[in-house]
Order: sequence, then structure tokens, then C-alpha cells
Amino acid sequence: MAYLEMKHVSKYFDRVAANVDVNLSIEKGEVHALLGENGAGKSTLMNILYGVYHQSEGELFLDGEKLHIKDPKDAIEKGIGMVHQHFMLIPELTVIENVVLGMRENKAILDLKAAAQKFEAMSEKYGMHINPWVKVDMLTVGHQQRLEILKALYRNANILILDEPTAVLTPQEVGVLFKVIRQLTAEGKTIIFISHKMNEIMEICDYCTVLRRGRTVQTVKVSDIKDKQELATLMVGHAVELNMHKSIKEPGNVILKVDKLTYTNKLKVDKLKEVTFDIHEGEIVGICGVDDNGQSELIKCITGNETATKGHVTILDEDCTHAGVRHILDKGVSHIPEDRHNMAMIKNLSINENLILMALKKDGYSKHGFIDWKWVTKHNQELCREYEVKTPDVNELAGNLSGGNQQKFVVGRELDRNPKILVAMHPDRGLDIGATKYIQRRILAEREKGTGVVLVSTELDEIMELSDKIVVLNNGEVMGILDQKEATVEKLGLMMAGERMPGYEKESDALD
Amino acid sequence: MEQTNKNKVMQFLRGKQYPFIAIGVALLISGCIIKAMGFDPFLALKSLLSGALGTTNAWGETLIKMIPLIFTALSFSVAMKSGIVNLGATGQVYIGSLAGTLIATNFAGLPAIIHIPLALIAGMAAGGAYGWLAIALKNKFGANELVTTIMLNYIAIQFVNYMVSDPIRDYGATTALPQSRMVTDTAVLTKIIPNTRLHIGLFIAIAALILYYILFWHTTKGYELKVTGLSQSVSKYAGMNVKKNQTISMVMAGALAGMCGVIEILAIQSRITQDWAGDIGFDGVAVALLGGNTPVGIGLSAFLFGMLSSGANKMQMMAKVPNAVIYLVQGLVVLFVVGRNIFIWKSKKKNEKKIEKMKQAVHKEQVEV
Repeated sequence: MAYLEMKHVSKYFDRVAANVDVNLSIEKGEVHALLGENGAGKSTLMNILYGVYHQSEGELFLDGEKLHIKDPKDAIEKGIGMVHQHFMLIPELTVIENVVLGMRENKAILDLKAAAQKFEAMSEKYGMHINPWVKVDMLTVGHQQRLEILKALYRNANILILDEPTAVLTPQEVGVLFKVIRQLTAEGKTIIFISHKMNEIMEICDYCTVLRRGRTVQTVKVSDIKDKQELATLMVGHAVELNMHKSIKEPGNVILKVDKLTYTNKLKVDKLKEVTFDIHEGEIVGICGVDDNGQSELIKCITGNETATKGHVTILDEDCTHAGVRHILDKGVSHIPEDRHNMAMIKNLSINENLILMALKKDGYSKHGFIDWKWVTKHNQELCREYEVKTPDVNELAGNLSGGNQQKFVVGRELDRNPKILVAMHPDRGLDIGATKYIQRRILAEREKGTGVVLVSTELDEIMELSDKIVVLNNGEVMGILDQKEATVEKLGLMMAGERMPGYEKESDALD
Repeated sequence: MEQTNKNKVMQFLRGKQYPFIAIGVALLISGCIIKAMGFDPFLALKSLLSGALGTTNAWGETLIKMIPLIFTALSFSVAMKSGIVNLGATGQVYIGSLAGTLIATNFAGLPAIIHIPLALIAGMAAGGAYGWLAIALKNKFGANELVTTIMLNYIAIQFVNYMVSDPIRDYGATTALPQSRMVTDTAVLTKIIPNTRLHIGLFIAIAALILYYILFWHTTKGYELKVTGLSQSVSKYAGMNVKKNQTISMVMAGALAGMCGVIEILAIQSRITQDWAGDIGFDGVAVALLGGNTPVGIGLSAFLFGMLSSGANKMQMMAKVPNAVIYLVQGLVVLFVVGRNIFIWKSKKKNEKKIEKMKQAVHKEQVEV
């Protein structure tokens, strides 16, 4: 019998079956991947193991003994630790306070010094040094993740569940994480690695269990796998075209110019520092960087949602630095925003009502201030068909659709306006492979039509595949602009971490 | 296409059962309380109904009570649609009624066809301006409208009290109570049915309901206001001016309340007195909540509340039930509408059944695969 076993586990929620008859068996000391698309049931399964949920059916075994887990605290005591995608840290507390938080051994008066000594010894051992006395909000995202791992180890975790651990890291930080994982398994610890990135699974994992629509498809030995195409097919259930076909094209005139753009936010932090680049017709410019390095502010300044403190944004030969959102939209800019739920759509309105958001005052949609619902409904039915939005009909509430279908209608709405410039931020974040590839193909089709595209993504693969030109941002500054041909993961990774390309040195450095 | 229609109907009916359940439960509880007080609940209900709908005159009174409720409810709903909680209908009613009275008690020589609209417009304008004040404070200083609208109510009421106590007081009146002069004959609203007090304000109220429907369900501006109310971030992303939209809504809300004030003065009160309208705005909030901010809902619930208040006296006379019980019913109705989750309570057994059903469906699917 294997070290950890989950047998015939099912979990039914109110309206959905999240897991159905899932079997998972993991040996001690291995790195076991859980691969599946969004909504395949990976997180539910791990939350059962971690005691957040209780299974509706099925049994769990650890070391041959039947396992009952009451709650996460119980799971921790049984040696199961979990690092969530969204960290469970309190930013206002120090590192060591976070580490001992909620531990049963805590006495009425905390002995933080002793705890800090133990913690430091541990962090030294795994080469993840963190000062125990600094506040957590001073740490980078990568360090916060290491802290989460150390926190679990401090509680003597033998099994460590990592939920999409690489989503927030630069390639170099991913390298460090993998080193730590190897060291941990060498000590006999077991790692469960949740991911939908096939490259990473091929690199770090020993076994991989594929989940699809809540069920186990297969557990495979990673060394037996030929390439990521094979994994993708397992995951999706049918062959997927992973490669994008991009034509060679000469870019046209400059249609968007960002010139020495500086943006200082309300807290007097410079989120953008003298950012300069331009976009031609029929060109995709990828903006790449670790999350929250100025991408969001850049897009807001371009689309008029924020006004730059210094510098200029020129759209189609007009200075739009201080223009309002409406003016910029009317100039032929389409915007797929980063936060679908809060910016792009309203859950409590029907698809029909959501689809008229942008073109409300255009011919056909309305006349003399009155909405022509008959025409609108017909038009929107066609739009849903064209953009493969799966819905019973357009009167359905938008909130009732799956994330992929919501994003498809948002993309459809924006492209239906025949934009001259498309600004797309994380257009496929959280979507399954099918929907992702669909949206990427649509973006490439826009490029064919001569649309200039600004694409912001944290997925390097996507950026490298789609972009003609790649702008790397770090801490609000351009680290360099690469041609697609010269871009490699290593180069981009170093630049994302703050290394400047020749020609992009800081002025003060250049003087030395 | 049939699918579309069916879905449309389902969409329309979604959640519409709750107000009815709320009314039922509220009546049931009130009945128990009446019983516990030692009265006969059935007799109370019977006399309430006959008092509200028994005669032509009773019908007239019910409809008269319904008119101000429709306006104050619309005042709340229009603001609510764009995301503003207007608890200031009371103040807007007072200010509107004051302006309307000033027009209606003067200019005696004007023909009615000019005098009445003039008074109505003055009331709307004053109410609208008062509504604008609250939203201007919010836009300029970030003052929460929940607080400012309530505070502005007191200011408006006291201002009217002051005006009536001296500047516009009718010193020739026979009563010692401060009051304004009578509305001149040319400004009195026309009656619809002889021998009742029912006046053309009813048509204006119904027209307001219809305009409300057209605005929010069929015009681009109404759509913009609605989007602003549902999500400010979405409306900003679409290039809408949130502050401007909310200002428009609040001015409309104030104008509706102001209209309510004038109509009541012109048709029923004939003169303005101190505290003449009580807390009229809050009845409107209750009606709007029960009606779910929809035109039909507001019409129906205003009718229900109108019935309750016009039948209350007869209930007190015949069944001896104190008419304060009406406020109990109203309070319970609103409580159950707002706390509707009480009805979405599920038994454990029902849940198990559901899971069993899902299991079967899943197994069936497996066989097919």
C-alpha cells in the first residue's frame, strides 16, 4: 500500500459534482503532480486532504491507516501542510509572528526568540534565508511563498501541498523553488504539486495524476511521457493544437506612442518611470513582468482610466494623455480589462445587457436615446454564435455562465467594435486550454487585420508565442525591448528580475 | 425562439414569489398577535377590507393614499438604481410642498391650466434642488448620502415649520395653529370621481410609473444609470461619468418627492401646516423595497399599503383593533422582504436527496461515456 491514498473520493456541492470517484496514490518522497484544467477538481481534492472540506464518499489512508481529518489544524498535526495560491499571511505581523500564529504549543507569553532561532536554523538549512523580525509586507512575493513553505515545515509537515506555486514567480525564482523541492524530497518529504503548466510538471515531478471534469483520468510516470502535447491531450481529453500559426508581416504606421510615461499613485509611489515604447499597425507588443510591476497602471494610463503624472500617450496622432475613457474608446481602442468580474461585466445583468455596454450609442443599438432591443437581441445572438459563447440564450444572466464563456463574450464585445488598437490584459487568465487557444487565435486574427495589440500577460509562453515585440517591466521601468526572435525564457526572466538590457541602463549608472 | 420566450418569462418570474410570501407571513403573524391581544383577527381583516374597498368612497380613499406612496417609492427607486440610497424623500417632499404652496396661494388670477402646472413645476424644481444638495455634498466632500439625506430631512421639516410660523403664516385664520393661506381655487387639483376626494394626481402617479419603466428599461440613459448603480468600476471602464449619473438620479428622485408634496397640498391639504406630512419618505422606502424597485411591484405594493392605511379606521371601529397594528403589518412585510434568505432555508434531508439525485445523474453519465 502506498504512503498516502485517496480511494473512491467524491465531493458533491450544491449544484455540482466537484470530484467523482477519484483515486490517488502517492509514495513517500516523490513529487506528485495534479494536472487538470480550471474546474477539474484539483483544488477541491486537496482541500479535502487538508481538511477544509469533507468528502461526500470515499476514504483516505496515510501509511496504511485510515485517515480522518476534522479541519486544517488537524491536518497540520497529522503532518499535512498546504501552501495556498493566495498566501495565508498577515502582512502587518512580523515573519516569526506569522510562523507561530495559531500553534497549539504557544504559551500565554510567547517566546519569540526561541522560535526565531529554530526558524533561522531551518531557513539556513534549506537555503531560504528570511529575517524573522521583518514585517511580512516588506517581503517580495517570492519570499512570502518561501515563508509559507517554511511555516509548514516548522510545523513538521511531511506532506506539502503546493497550489499553483509558480504562478507568481519569475523563472529564476521558479528555479530556486525547484531546488528546495528536490532537497525536501531527498529528506523523505512528499510534495503534491498542483499545476496546469506542463513544462514544469515535466521538469520537477515523478508522477502525474490527471484530473478531468472531477474524475481521475490516469496516473502516469513523468519519465514515460514523450512531450507536453501528450500531457495536454490527457488533460483536455482530445488533441489540442498548441502551436499558433503566425504569419510574417511588416508592421505599418505607428498608431500608439507611449513617451516617457511616469505615473505616481496616491501613496506617492512611482508605479511607472519614464516608460517609452510604440506600437505599429498589425503588431502585437507583449508587456511582460511579474505581477504588479506597473502593468496595471500602464494599461490604465493608455485607456484613460488614470492620468499620467508626466509624459505622453499618443493615440492615432492625437495626444490622449489627459483624454477621458469615452474619448479614447471612441477613437477605436478596445480594452479587455484585467479584472473580468469587477470591470468588464455585471453578473446580475443578462448577456444581452452586458453586450451593449460599449456600443450603446452606436447606430442600430439605439435611436434618439431609445434602445432597439429587437435589433440588439438579434445582433447579440449572432455575436454569441460567432464567438462560441455557450449559453441557452442571450437573456441568461451573465453570472450563470462559466468563466471561459464570460471571457469569450467580453472578447467578442470588444472585437465586434472593429478596434484599431486592442489593449488586452490577461485575456485568458483562469481559462481552460480550449478557451485560451481560442482567444489567442482571435488576437492573432486581429493582428492580421492590421490592429495594433498591447498584450499584458504573466505567462511567458504566451508572450513569447504571440508577440512581435516584448517590453519587459520591472518595478515600473522598462528593462529592455526585445524582438520576438531574440527572446528566450532565460533572458526575459533575468530582465523581469531587474537586469537591464544594454541601452536601458539607469542614467546614473551610465554616467559612471 | 420559443426557448428564448420561456427563458424570458423565467427570468421575469425569478425571485418574484418572495414579496407574496412576505405579505402572507406578515399577515399570519399579525393575526396571531391580534388574537393574543384578545381580538378577533378574522373580523379585523374583514373590516379592514371593507374599510378599504367596500364602497366607492373607500376605493377613492385607498387610491388617494396610494398616490404619495408611489411618488416617494419612485424617489427611492430612481436613486437606488444608480447606487444611491435616498432616505431624504421626506425632506424633499417638505421643500417641494413649500415651493408649490407659495405658487398656489398666490397669483389668484391665473387660469387653472397654467396655475396648476406652474405649482407642480415649482415643487419638482425645489425638491430636485434639495436632492441635488445631498449628492453634491457626496461628490464634493465624500459625505455619505445615508447620513446627509436623513439630516436634510430635519432641516427641511424645521424650515417649513419656521416658514409657516411667521413668514407665510395666515394671521387671519380662525385657528390658533400656524398655517399658510388656502390654496386658491385655480390651483386646486381636479377631482376624478364625484363625491370622493380622488383627484387627477392618480393619473400623474401612473404616468410617473410608466415613465420610470420607459427610462430604465428602454433608454440609453436609463441603462447607463443602471450600470452605474450595479458597478461603478464597470461604468468607469465603459467611459461613463459616475458622479454625473448619480447627480441626475438624485435630482430626479428629489423632483419626484417634491411633486408628491405639491400634489398633496393642492388636492388634499389645501394649505401647508407644521409637520403636515410626518415621515412620509420612509413609507415610500418600504413600498419600494416590497415592490423590488420595479414599476408593477411599486404600483401593487403602494396599493396594498394604501389599503392598509385607508381601512385601518374601520378596523378600529368594528373590531376594536388599534390601528397601530397596521404599522406592525407594514414593518413585518419589510422585514421579511429584506431578510428573504429566511425562506431559502433548506432542510438537511432535502440536501441529501439532492446529492443522491446528483449521484444517479453522474452514474448515468458514466455509463454513457
